[in-house]
Amino acid sequence: MSDLNQNTLTQIANLIKTKKISSLEVTKFFIENIEKAKKLNSFITTCFEKSLKDAKNFDKKKNYKGLLPGIPLAVKDLFCTKNIKTTAGSKILENFIPAYESSVTNNLWSEGAIILGKLNCDEFAMGSSNETSYFGNTINPIGKSLVPGGSSGGSASALAANLTPATIGTDTGGSIRQPASFTGTVGLKPTYGLCSRWGIVAFASSLDQAGPMTKNVEDCALLLEAMSGYDPKDSTSINKKKEQYSKNLKENVKGLKIGIPKEYRIDNMPKEIDNIWNKGIDILKKSGATIVNISLPHTNYALPTYYIVAPAEASSNLARYDGVKYGYRSKKGKNLIEMYENTRGEGFGREVKRRVLIGTYVLSSGYYDAYYLKAQKVRKLIKNDFDESFKKVDAILTPSTPSSAFKFGEKTNDPISMYLNDIFTVPVNLAGIPAISIPGGVDSRGYPMGLQLIAKALDEQTILNIALTMEKAINFKNSINRWWEN
Amino acid sequence: MSIDKNQVKKVAKLSRISLDDKNLESLSNDLASILKFVEQLNKLDTNNVKPLNSIVNKSLEPRKDKVNDGKIKDEILKNSPDKNEDFFIVPKVVE
Repeated sequence: MSDLNQNTLTQIANLIKTKKISSLEVTKFFIENIEKAKKLNSFITTCFEKSLKDAKNFDKKKNYKGLLPGIPLAVKDLFCTKNIKTTAGSKILENFIPAYESSVTNNLWSEGAIILGKLNCDEFAMGSSNETSYFGNTINPIGKSLVPGGSSGGSASALAANLTPATIGTDTGGSIRQPASFTGTVGLKPTYGLCSRWGIVAFASSLDQAGPMTKNVEDCALLLEAMSGYDPKDSTSINKKKEQYSKNLKENVKGLKIGIPKEYRIDNMPKEIDNIWNKGIDILKKSGATIVNISLPHTNYALPTYYIVAPAEASSNLARYDGVKYGYRSKKGKNLIEMYENTRGEGFGREVKRRVLIGTYVLSSGYYDAYYLKAQKVRKLIKNDFDESFKKVDAILTPSTPSSAFKFGEKTNDPISMYLNDIFTVPVNLAGIPAISIPGGVDSRGYPMGLQLIAKALDEQTILNIALTMEKAINFKNSINRWWEN
Repeated sequence: MSIDKNQVKKVAKLSRISLDDKNLESLSNDLASILKFVEQLNKLDTNNVKPLNSIVNKSLEPRKDKVNDGKIKDEILKNSPDKNEDFFIVPKVVE
């Protein structure tokens, strides 16, 4: 049984398929791990009674169909789960119990998976350290004082601590890839439209995408296959045949052209990040790829563009939290308007307020052209940069983050310093293209650092295959001693 | 362009978010520094650039014009902080 701490999602799926282990045994194992890991605060909600019941029901089945047979999984608390509390990390949704299931989680359960619980995240996915959650900080298993990244910080923490064999997150500006980088795990942001947004608590609708977070690349392909697919309930869902990412996964780098964008060599980047990037370039060369120096000239403008577009969309999306239909309602206020104002004043945390205010400002009369329209134009230039590059290269290699995991409180006083964390991940969301972060190595303190592979729209298979090759050569091992169990 | 406290007060009103004086002060500072940061975009000439309105190249798909209220009234009302059998209840609007 203790092997389950080493097994990957794919291995556990095979063990259950060949009846070497039951779903109930696996489920009980992960429940035990979760119960011993309260210190990490990775979970907002657990639903073990349901998990055990579902596992028992699964074990009674004669036929094992589906990609995730009897696999217990925890998911980010941004996915609506029917009859299970969904908070988005916010006080305003502290007691919200959805009457419906998100399409992406529904896909997981249809493939045989079983829910373990809901994972902590930054409030409405707005943050890069999980410190904006109403439900407290989530700890990075790498070290007691380290943030797990964000916004899918609970997901990354639970995965690295093996409280779930794999998980899913959402990525609006780096919220899957940055926490994956900080915890030595694999995270993929799919092409915009590949995974349905229906039933995900909305943050910035033109940027939000759900994606897999896993222990290795093979698991990532499997989980992406399980969660993706056309959904008529999402008007921006891409209508195309489902890909078989697992079956088509192979080490395949020979003859590929990999672009290295010069704009990603930023000032003051730690030497160690530069080193793992160069190591990644060497691996690709040795595996038969051609390295091409490229330019993405508008890279520096991606973050300012993002911090207009994302808050603008957020201010509109978050208008629904009014204390009437669901969620928290303030007891203060003499009339309807005051009730709204007090509900939102008391129900939203500081970062959410910042973004709603910025968003309202840039969309308001007299400022719309100067900010929002300007940002949409620059977004076009950023997308053009990538379109031009992908005429010359098959994929792009960059670091995932400009630093390894930082300490709690280190960046909370200055919003801009927190935003700068997403400097390498945000351009991809603006262009709507896919990217994966894989562990590239550790720094002198033993903290993981990630490498990012970017592809053109709908070319997930190419970066999965390159990532598989690199993963083998890098041979990364997380040295986590399960200190939280004492 | 910079933002002052009175503008933040106005934006807070538009956003329906109550702010006490302490929060108004510190959020005004935050907002000013964020706006300064995003105003880097003004360095770029975008006169001949068409704005990117949607990342997905597709038009909305029509569906059958059929009423579907989900028939889950009770489940929907369950989450409301104040309701009766059929309605959400809000503070008095009309005197």
